[in-house]
Amino acid sequence: MDYEAELLPGTLDLLILKAVSIGPLHGYGVLLRIGQISGRALLIQQGALYPALFRLVRQGLLKTSWDKSENNRRAKFYELTSKGRKRLREETEGWNRLVAAIASALAAQPQET
Amino acid sequence: MTAYFRSLVARFFHRSRTENDLEEELRSHIQLRADDLERFGLGRAEAERRARIEFGGEARFKEECRDAIAGDLIDVLFQDLRFGLRMLRKSPGFAAVAILTIALGIGATTAIFSVVDATLLEPLPYPQAEQLVSIQDNFPGAGAQDVGLSEPEWQDLQCSGIFEYVSPTWFDENNLTGSSQPARVRLLIVAPNYFALLGVQPQLGRGFDPHDHSPGLIPEVVISDGLWKRAFGSDPNILSKSVRMDTDLYRIVAVMPAGFDAPGRTAEERNIEVWAATSFYGTPLSDHPPRNRRNLPTAIARLKSGLTIAAAQTQVDALVASLQKQFAADYPLQNAWTVRLLPLKERVVGNVRQSLVLLLGAVGLVLLIACVNVANLLLARASTRGHEMAIRRALGAAQGRLTRQLLTESLLLSLFGGIAGLAILLSLKDFLLQLVPENLPRLNEISISWSVLLFAVIASIVSGVLFGLAPALQACRLDLNHALKQEGRVSTGSGERARTRRGLVITEFALSLVLMTAAGLLLHSFWDLVNVQLGFNPEKVVSIRTRLPSPNDPSVDKYATASQEAPFVRELIRRCAMLSGVEEVAIGDTASIPLDESLRDLKLISEGQFLLTVEGREVQSDHSMAVERSSVSPGYFHLLGIQLLRGRLFNELDTDNTPQVAVINQAMAQTYWPNEDPLGKRFKAVKAGAPWITVVGEIANARTQSLAQADLPQIYLNLYQTGVQRLAILLRGHLHTAAIADEVREQVQSLDPTLPVYGAQTLNETVSASLSQRRFSMEMVGLFALTALLLAGLGIYGVISYLVSERTQEIGIRLALGASRSNILSIVLRQGLGLAIAGAAAGLVCALIVSHLMASLLYGVRPTDPLTFAGVAFIFVSVAMLACYFPARRAMKVDPMVALRYE
Repeated sequence: MDYEAELLPGTLDLLILKAVSIGPLHGYGVLLRIGQISGRALLIQQGALYPALFRLVRQGLLKTSWDKSENNRRAKFYELTSKGRKRLREETEGWNRLVAAIASALAAQPQET
Repeated sequence: MTAYFRSLVARFFHRSRTENDLEEELRSHIQLRADDLERFGLGRAEAERRARIEFGGEARFKEECRDAIAGDLIDVLFQDLRFGLRMLRKSPGFAAVAILTIALGIGATTAIFSVVDATLLEPLPYPQAEQLVSIQDNFPGAGAQDVGLSEPEWQDLQCSGIFEYVSPTWFDENNLTGSSQPARVRLLIVAPNYFALLGVQPQLGRGFDPHDHSPGLIPEVVISDGLWKRAFGSDPNILSKSVRMDTDLYRIVAVMPAGFDAPGRTAEERNIEVWAATSFYGTPLSDHPPRNRRNLPTAIARLKSGLTIAAAQTQVDALVASLQKQFAADYPLQNAWTVRLLPLKERVVGNVRQSLVLLLGAVGLVLLIACVNVANLLLARASTRGHEMAIRRALGAAQGRLTRQLLTESLLLSLFGGIAGLAILLSLKDFLLQLVPENLPRLNEISISWSVLLFAVIASIVSGVLFGLAPALQACRLDLNHALKQEGRVSTGSGERARTRRGLVITEFALSLVLMTAAGLLLHSFWDLVNVQLGFNPEKVVSIRTRLPSPNDPSVDKYATASQEAPFVRELIRRCAMLSGVEEVAIGDTASIPLDESLRDLKLISEGQFLLTVEGREVQSDHSMAVERSSVSPGYFHLLGIQLLRGRLFNELDTDNTPQVAVINQAMAQTYWPNEDPLGKRFKAVKAGAPWITVVGEIANARTQSLAQADLPQIYLNLYQTGVQRLAILLRGHLHTAAIADEVREQVQSLDPTLPVYGAQTLNETVSASLSQRRFSMEMVGLFALTALLLAGLGIYGVISYLVSERTQEIGIRLALGASRSNILSIVLRQGLGLAIAGAAAGLVCALIVSHLMASLLYGVRPTDPLTFAGVAFIFVSVAMLACYFPARRAMKVDPMVALRYE
């Protein structure tokens, strides 16, 4: 994990939803998936993932089930609920709007009078 | 909604599963990570170690996860509760002591509260009881209270528009004949509107017609449920029957429901068995009763709805002012006639209010002391848990969260305590009720009602917060750095905590000293009363009562005059004197039974107080003209051992035909004829046509009217010259109460088979009964005081033991450096003594304030009685010393080597 960047507050939830949207994952898998899709650019402390997962479950965005992992260990798997899918869509749009707005703000040239 | 609750319940009970879940998930994470690391070539053990380090603070994340699951307050509460329960389970000894202490406090407080609630707080058991008042006529100008009212005044009040109904109430007794044994029944003569006024329906029949205003006594009676069951075997056809009372025939028109009590001041007046109605004019009463004849002893009324007592009082004052103008001759201005309205409840429970408030105060103090004790225990525990708290803080637990946790734990303790207290109370209920004196008003209304339960719950919560507050606040001020550096040692933050604990013990001592002082003063009063010089000899005396009838038609009255009655009395004395074991016999009216309180305050016709005029001094202003009097046969004074000071006692030559004579006591002589020879002086009753009565003898003062007052003026008249209705037969000898009662009954009824014989009691029992209320207050306060003393002793013991264990090392060093064991003992004792003295000093100041508030409950001792105060302080310091002695001995036995290695 080389070029690690701190996460912006509030973005962890979005990343988790995105990671899980591709297919059911256990906690560790979520971490790996985030690392993979972000090109290993984002740093998440491993333990910090779980409170976020629990929060999302509580909000009804994720559902859980115990299952066997790829190397045959018992693990808890997370997948998106339909509510979670909807939330992911909304948050993604919101994020894109925000990024576009900030990018255009930063691209603006100083105007001389 | 139900789904929500079900999920709550599920969450509460299945939390341990979620907890396991969490545990397992984190474990699997670390395993998975370790698997990956292993693949990079690390050994398994190293891989797992690395995985754990990469994971970060496991405990903190767990806590955060729990918080994430427990999203709402109720979740947090459950979590705290479960944690609290776990903590209590972990230290069962501590939990048991704390819960028991609180159970004691809550149980006792709730018990007393249930009495206070039933008597003082609950409205009287009649509909709209707040509209019911008692009417009291006073002559403050003449120093006379509650003088009763006259029939015209009753009519004035009735028609004033202020009241819905007004009814005089007139307590009397009657002889009920017709069943197997003649019985004396308690009768209340009322206006026909009485039951409508109270708003109570009979269980059988219809009662009186409230608008009946016919002259004379209505030949109908209403009877109580008790009499119906006892005398008539619950006969369902009772309404067609008649009863004979004092030889007159009355038709039974109604039976009152079980549990219906008349609103009266004394047990006699509350347990009415028969109600008779009249409009208080017409034969056998006067056809046109005069305005100044106040023969209606008391009256009750129901205010017009919507009228408050204060507003009604204003209207009554105006009415009184106008009547006073209109009938100036009947209301001399110097008497300053007033009519006062009092809540009816006040009349029923007024004279027990002070005792009950005292008891509630006492038991409240006990609860407070119990709370202080538990707070102390919690603080002691907090010092061992300081480290735990510090670690939890360091791992990221929020400040508020910890405080909440501690408060939840103490609330849990107090709720368990409250439940245990209630359980004890419920299981002891019947036993406890036996302790309550029978003459307590509304005794049968005492129950564990909803309001009592609510009280118990509130008391538990308040005490939980109270004793939880100190440890919780202390946890707030925890100095993390300091606490962690102490490395698991017991005494974290010891300075402040120890100060708080000492403060608590001092408070506890002060509170229990207040209680002990109150109990001591009551005990001292009681002791003085029991040991007072009676002035008469109650040993070996039995009193038995009978009552002569007074029919409504005087011409059929066999005992109408003294000369008609005297032969009966003489013959009865003669026959009783011949019974085996009887040494002496005398007969008097019931007022002559020393210290008998059963008929006190009832203002019986022809008994008790006597308004008198002294010859040559018709107007007196400096003292009350009402004097206690009784009528007795000549043998009375010798039988009771009352000493004659001068003149003579009664003899057989005093009869209806000779001038009336009186024997007075010394107090009477000194009040009315100071520095004069009272013999030959004359006085008479304030009543038209009353004869002059000559004083022939003066006897020593005896406490026959009141244990507390030695010098009440007293007049004795000759029974053979006055004739009375209620007779008390006094017998001296080695007698068995029940057996002699049967023998006397036989003798009485062989003379007149219609006479009831009842109320056999030894004089010692009568004297003891007159102390029952005082005894009850004393015993209860004493019990509470002992409990408080015990708790305070435990408190100081706890603190000193704790200090000793904390200072074990120091003591070891001192011993190693050559301190003698007695030095150590004195160090520890001095510490305890310091606490005890500080507590005693604070307590004495509070006790002085409290003792002045209870001055009216005391007899013979001043509220500042030095003996009591010194005695109580001494007991306290002794108990404190004793409590300190055990830990001090432990300190003495400290082995320096062990102590130094300790830690």
